[in-house]
Amino acid sequence: MARVLIVAEHDGATLNASTAKCVSCAASFESSAIDVAVLADDGAGVAAQAAAIDGVTGVVRLDHPANRYAVAAVAAPQIAELAADYTHVFGPSTTFGKDLMPRIAALLGVGQLSDIMSAETPWRFKRPIYAGNAILTVEASQDRPVVATVRTASYQAAESGAAAPITERAVETELPSHTRYVELRSDSGGGRPDLQTASRVISGGRGVGSKENFEIIDGLADALGAAVGASRAAVDAGYAGNDLQVGQTGKIIAPDLYIAVGISGAIQHLTGIKDAGVIVAINKDAEAPLFEIADIGLVADLFTAVPELVEALKT
Amino acid sequence: MTVIDRILVPIKRVVDANVRVRVKPDGSGMALDGVKMSINPFDEIALEEALRIRERGETGEVVVVSIGSQVCTQQLRAGLAMGADRAILVESDLELEPLTVARTLKAVVERENSELVILDKQAIDGDNNQTGQMLATLWGRPQACFSSHLRFSNGVATAMREVDAGMEVIEVDLPAVVTTDLRLNEPRYTKLPDILKAKKKPLETLSLAELGIEPEVQFRVLGIEPPPQRASGVRVNDVAELVQALRQKGVV
Repeated sequence: MARVLIVAEHDGATLNASTAKCVSCAASFESSAIDVAVLADDGAGVAAQAAAIDGVTGVVRLDHPANRYAVAAVAAPQIAELAADYTHVFGPSTTFGKDLMPRIAALLGVGQLSDIMSAETPWRFKRPIYAGNAILTVEASQDRPVVATVRTASYQAAESGAAAPITERAVETELPSHTRYVELRSDSGGGRPDLQTASRVISGGRGVGSKENFEIIDGLADALGAAVGASRAAVDAGYAGNDLQVGQTGKIIAPDLYIAVGISGAIQHLTGIKDAGVIVAINKDAEAPLFEIADIGLVADLFTAVPELVEALKT
Repeated sequence: MTVIDRILVPIKRVVDANVRVRVKPDGSGMALDGVKMSINPFDEIALEEALRIRERGETGEVVVVSIGSQVCTQQLRAGLAMGADRAILVESDLELEPLTVARTLKAVVERENSELVILDKQAIDGDNNQTGQMLATLWGRPQACFSSHLRFSNGVATAMREVDAGMEVIEVDLPAVVTTDLRLNEPRYTKLPDILKAKKKPLETLSLAELGIEPEVQFRVLGIEPPPQRASGVRVNDVAELVQALRQKGVV
């Protein structure tokens, strides 16, 4: 019987929704345990949030000063030690999980599966390759632990309301000192919802034309209570921060509503939004590839259409 | 000033980023016959960074290494034309899993006494995003993944990493593994004379066996299929119709 360990993603105070999505993936197949490991300097708050997720059978708290910030090289040996009690070790396909999970796998001497989209059995999974242009069905051996990242856009976060037991474990693993966290710089947000978990996302592309013009995107986002995203072209041009990039090498998201403004829709961008509920494209170029997959397309100049849309939404 | 003993840049031959690849109609694999192949874009960025480090006088040698069949010499030659000093092909006709690739690279790192490995955060074919992290782990060294800025001082690399929450700054002691993100640099264009010069640069071929590597297959591929297609949508004529359509779908 499968026993799943999930590595919690958090910022020291709040559990990231990616963790509850990993729980959903684990809950999609038969298992006798879905435990969550919380590594922190003081993990009481985060552990309580993890213990509340429906389906979680237990939370393991590993408190240590070295766990104050998520450093893959520090976290990996601690998780690898816990892994002996489990058949599966999951983390989210966020930059946190992508950094960490291969390190855990390598310590365990096993390969890793990236971006699980669905589990056919506890050992058979689907995952995308070639920017989502193909879906592989892959089977792992039952003889060794399955280490994987879960594609967060493929799963809804499990609900909360439960209260699983929390156990504390002392960190006895030798931790490396060769990697030191310095700081996190973030220039985006502005009180808007988080791009990866928002139910509505408005993205701007090259067509927006400048950093100043990006306020048009912000305005529509605020009118809809939406998060802001950007195409790679817009990020490369400096119109938006890198943490807003949506696509194959940026964030893969699945909001209920995605409005792409001035984005032509390179295949790498489409990869990031394929699982969105309703996709809207606003672009003056009627030939833009994004129109091929958009549920609603409007061929229009964004500089007139978007302010009009903001006005219309007020009524 | 930091002087790094030899930078190793692994490069992977992949389908060119501008090719739209599809699953073969019979589902037996990807339709790749005759498509343009290139250096994985993130590896070009890795090589560019290594060359800039050398140009700043912070290393003496940049070595490109590829693991694959003989045709990968095309990408190694392209790397030499960009400016790498020499190349190594680890020849194998097998499709290798990232763990085996990482084990192979570790053997090359040790053979070459390299102090820094810069490589892609992911290859655009398998989209695994694993090899650099696995290499760092097997090597017992730190990693700076998804880097978009990189500087060295007193045997320490300071990297800015593109993470979901913004830009994270970390310090790692050398030797180390760095994986590249898009905005680390813009790779240079190769000039014709450099392509000719590259033909004279050393290119050594090794086998997996010579490096003591036995390929391990841990995952069985049971099938490959095209992704589900989204149903085609509607075009609206103006903002009023757009708002109406959004309300019909219940999303505003």
